[in-house]
Amino acid sequence: MSATILSWSLLIAHILLGSAMAIACFRMVRGPRAQDRIVSLDALYMNAMLFLLVFGMRTGTTLYFEAALVISLLGFVSTLALAKFLMRGEIIE
Amino acid sequence: MTDPTDLPAWAALLASFLVLLGAGFTLVGAIGLLRLKTFYERMHAPTLGATWGAGGVLLSSIVFFSVLQSRPVLHEALIAVFVTVTTPVTLMLLARAALYRDRSEGSTDIPPPIGADRGAKTDHSV
Repeated sequence: MSATILSWSLLIAHILLGSAMAIACFRMVRGPRAQDRIVSLDALYMNAMLFLLVFGMRTGTTLYFEAALVISLLGFVSTLALAKFLMRGEIIE
Repeated sequence: MTDPTDLPAWAALLASFLVLLGAGFTLVGAIGLLRLKTFYERMHAPTLGATWGAGGVLLSSIVFFSVLQSRPVLHEALIAVFVTVTTPVTLMLLARAALYRDRSEGSTDIPPPIGADRGAKTDHSV
């Protein structure tokens, strides 16, 4: 019984996180300005990381944890680089 | 014990509650990103996913794998620490870049400077 509840709630969490990613994609396409697109890209990275963590819980392996860690690292670096580019017009001065 | 169906009831219920809480808060943050009007309001919404959303899913993952493998599995705390440290840095840089862009374009749709707000307050009190 509790295993059924767990598998269903993991499925529902996947659906919720997937809709959050879809909404972030929609905002990224819609804009209207560059900073909006960067904020939604950051949100998309965060949601994809959580999506992978839930995926790891569904399959019962810790393999997906490394992927989630790498996504959070690369998301930080890319958002930082894009914000720097908006501010100064170039990334490495 | 490596089969997820062998989890005791309390661990399964706690993990499902936490994962639903985290995913729900992440969705609320994404809806805020969609619905709020200006950029400076929209910027606050996804941080709900970075704090409560990530916290719920990571705590649920810690509970799930710790009980499943009968030993403390704490490497999810690494992601939690990393997200907590990096989210304010990126969003503050991005807000400053957006403010710089809006001011250099002469847009009127920007938050008032701090000094003006403070001056108005002191005038009011005097």
